[in-house]
Amino acid sequence: MPALKIPTPLRPYAGGESTLLLPGEDVAEVLEAAVKSYPELKKHLYNDDGQLRPFVNVFLGEENINQLDGLDTTLEENDTLLIIPSIAGG
Amino acid sequence: MKIHIPQQIMNEIHAHGEESYPEEGAGLMLGRLEQGERWIESTLFLENAREEGARHNRYLITAEDMLQGEMEAEKRGLSIIGIFHSHPDHPNLPSEFDREYAIPWYSYLITSVNSGKAASSRSWRLEDDRERFLEEQIEIVDIKVK
Repeated sequence: MPALKIPTPLRPYAGGESTLLLPGEDVAEVLEAAVKSYPELKKHLYNDDGQLRPFVNVFLGEENINQLDGLDTTLEENDTLLIIPSIAGG
Repeated sequence: MKIHIPQQIMNEIHAHGEESYPEEGAGLMLGRLEQGERWIESTLFLENAREEGARHNRYLITAEDMLQGEMEAEKRGLSIIGIFHSHPDHPNLPSEFDREYAIPWYSYLITSVNSGKAASSRSWRLEDDRERFLEEQIEIVDIKVK
């Protein structure tokens, strides 16, 4: 199963886990499986319109999925996804 | 809520704020959690990725820089505990823009830099409901860091 690495700020909403093993053939399915297992994650990953929040980025290895096929990026059995926040302020 | 910061690291963060003046400087604080308290052991100074005309009152750390930060932290056996940034000629209070873009859990250390000289720093954490920041106590510790 693909692995999903959770950044420290989101671990309290993912049962304290740093890595989740989740079923899914593409990025969208893995993220859906994550919020199904840990519903509290949902509001931190998605906005009210069901879109990923602007500061939530997903990497497959070292590649941003935006440079691949986005949420439709297909995954292999041993792939590792990382949720990486971008940080802004003023 | 308490964050422990070695004097040497606080000096480096202040120096970075002064070097970045009149723009905002920013970076990551790496460290450990021990019994609910935060201990900073290292910093990563990063480029402010905002466009040139906006860097005096805005900062951006890209996802690519955060990924590098996560990998570097893992290599050192540490975690990203928080983010520091400077407020040139403004108080070390979080702005409304800071609140809109902040992520709960992280420590946000803000340094006020007045006329190019770092004045003081305060640290803040966003509440889970994203409504407001709460100040966390900074404890300066006399620990040598690499």
